[in-house]
Amino acid sequence: MIVRALIVLPVTMFFALGPAAAASAEHGKVAFMQHGCWQCHGTVGQGSIATSGGKRLAPDPLPWETFSSFVRSTNRAMPPYSDKILTDGDLEDIYAYMQSIPKPLDAKTIPLLNP
Amino acid sequence: MARPRIDRRKFLAGVALAGAAGATSDGVKAATPPVIEKVRRPSALRPSAAVAAAETETPQISVKPSGMPGSDFMVDVIKSLDIPYLPSNPAQSFRGLHESLIDYGGNKKPEFLTCTHEETSVAMAHGYFKIAGKPLLVLCHGTVGLQHATMAIYNAWCDRVPVIVMGGTDLDASKRPPGVPTFHSAQDVCALVRDFTKWDDQPVSLQHFAQSFVRAYKLAMTPPYEPVALALDAELQEMTVHDRAKLMIPRYVPTTPPQGELNAVREAARLLANAEHPVIVADKCARTANGVRLLVELAEALQAPVIDQKGRMNFPNTHHLAQNARSRALIGEADVILGLELSDYWNTVNAFIDNGEIDGTGLQESHIKPTAKLISVSSVLLNTKSNYQDFQRLQVVDIEMAADAEATLPALIEAVKQALPSSRKAAIEARGAGMKKSWSEARDRTRQAAAYAWDTSPIGTARMAMEVYAQIKDLDWSSVGGDRQLSSWPSRLWPMEKHYHHIGGPGGYGIGYGAPAAVGAALANRDAGRFSVNFQPDGDMMYAPGVLWTAVHHSIPLLTVMHNNRGYHQEVMHVQRVANRRNRVAYAGKDLGPIGTRIENPVIDFGKLAGSLGMWSAGPITEPNDLAPALKKAVQVVKAGEPALVDVVTQPR
Repeated sequence: MIVRALIVLPVTMFFALGPAAAASAEHGKVAFMQHGCWQCHGTVGQGSIATSGGKRLAPDPLPWETFSSFVRSTNRAMPPYSDKILTDGDLEDIYAYMQSIPKPLDAKTIPLLNP
Repeated sequence: MARPRIDRRKFLAGVALAGAAGATSDGVKAATPPVIEKVRRPSALRPSAAVAAAETETPQISVKPSGMPGSDFMVDVIKSLDIPYLPSNPAQSFRGLHESLIDYGGNKKPEFLTCTHEETSVAMAHGYFKIAGKPLLVLCHGTVGLQHATMAIYNAWCDRVPVIVMGGTDLDASKRPPGVPTFHSAQDVCALVRDFTKWDDQPVSLQHFAQSFVRAYKLAMTPPYEPVALALDAELQEMTVHDRAKLMIPRYVPTTPPQGELNAVREAARLLANAEHPVIVADKCARTANGVRLLVELAEALQAPVIDQKGRMNFPNTHHLAQNARSRALIGEADVILGLELSDYWNTVNAFIDNGEIDGTGLQESHIKPTAKLISVSSVLLNTKSNYQDFQRLQVVDIEMAADAEATLPALIEAVKQALPSSRKAAIEARGAGMKKSWSEARDRTRQAAAYAWDTSPIGTARMAMEVYAQIKDLDWSSVGGDRQLSSWPSRLWPMEKHYHHIGGPGGYGIGYGAPAAVGAALANRDAGRFSVNFQPDGDMMYAPGVLWTAVHHSIPLLTVMHNNRGYHQEVMHVQRVANRRNRVAYAGKDLGPIGTRIENPVIDFGKLAGSLGMWSAGPITEPNDLAPALKKAVQVVKAGEPALVDVVTQPR
């Protein structure tokens, strides 16, 4: 229940900033995995210098217009995903999932990163 | 039906066995050789006078041939080169030499290391060299064994690593046994690997063998280092040497590595000294600890940033001139770029975007200023093979030296110091100050990047890298696997300063290199008293996992940490990319990825796999907080001199 509450808040904010359709972060996570987004971007959008040029999807994803436009029309290393293979609904849910991901800890507070 | 042949010695021995069997259980009796049951003869025949004499008198002629077996002389030749190990899978075609190595050579220098696959043998030699700087000898069947070994030889070729491979064969068709030994013989066994070995030969006499073995070693150890191959004739191994004194073993004298021509060195120095934005790019540059020191000296003289492409441990990542984090920007603004033993100069200064544009081939973009001057020092120009394309695209450069980079550095450093105008001293110091600032900022950004996905399951690769480092940081450690597969976190977060802190990648990207090369490198580290750790991709492990048994069998201490992302991750995007271009979906099976790219359903339990091969193991570990206790135990096992494996279920990269 707590998890659901945490998800609801950013998704509510997303309605104000993103597409008009209702979006589900929970389903977005499923779609994120099923469409293979995680393979390059990691399961929480953390990215990798090996597969996404070090770019992160989350937290704080790009504005919806930029995000969706890139996914649909990129001609760089990432292939474009047309609405035939990734529906508008799934893309909106994926965006909601990205918005639901919390910020990481400050590296300075992680002892293993400060040996 | 052929009648059973009765050999007198076997017959008498058989009678003795039959008598013994009669007094034991039925089970034992069932094992009595069938030849006895077929022969209806008395229990003992009266020997003839000749047979009685042969059985009871001192033989006039020794059973052993007089003189020395040819393969004993081969051992003398091999020992003259101080080769410490011989990782090999046993094979009939080198049985003569195999026996000599054990009984004449005492199984020392070289010591036979039992391998379960010839690809493993060569990859172990590959990894060993990158730590010890000495080549190993690998024996195999010249046909089927060499066929197994080929990919590993190609990796060594692309990685400029010397390995001496000898393939057994039986040349004389009138003498060799029929059946398997003939299947395992060929006219020219080395033809199989000629395209990616530096030199090969098929000695037809023992003196020829001595000459060719020393020549093979010498050529392999002359930059560019490369694998070499010899055919090993069975008859040569088993012939008798009647006068050993007539056979000579040539003395090995190392060849001086080729250095850059002096005028070219001076012109390169002039360009570098007067550049506003010089950049040094190193790939397989530093062969030794001295190579690292020399590269630091050159970079400091210029206060030039160094981009380490990590084919070798070239440059300390703790140095302020280590600027990998800004490689694209630095190359883009450079006015002079010095490339040292680059595997792919074109791809260093250009980019290929695999997006299907330009008739489906993809975009090609230059990343450098049109006026940038390019300098190359590389010994690979001295290779003259043409079939395999390891020489990569042709990149036009302004100064090109066909020379060994490490051997050329002393002259280049001296020339740069002489060419530096005093008027540029302040600008160079300012450049250095800027590099210190950007290095510090990059370090902070990298640490913060590592904090993302810190607590996820599957476990983040940064978390895995730092959990391991926490356990080994106070040891004299050596990372003996590639780390590009896990976003290079060890290279980015661990302080890497010594020449053995990492060993680069496979060279030819032939998968199946990682696990055996790590065991080979760990063997070299064992002898130097160092702790070895390998982040091991799951797909690579499954090509020839028998090397885990070899590590146990020979007590080679190595901590293997499985980077188990349960897929052939490198291939996922290739299929995805093509499917997207065609507006199709490649995910149509039960796996979480395009069909054919995932290793799941069932998942592989690498802990059980290692355990079945006699290795201490733990996992699969899926929660990050469970890592430290397992790693701590594994480190204790390795410190005690044995290998250990921890299976970690991870994020893809």
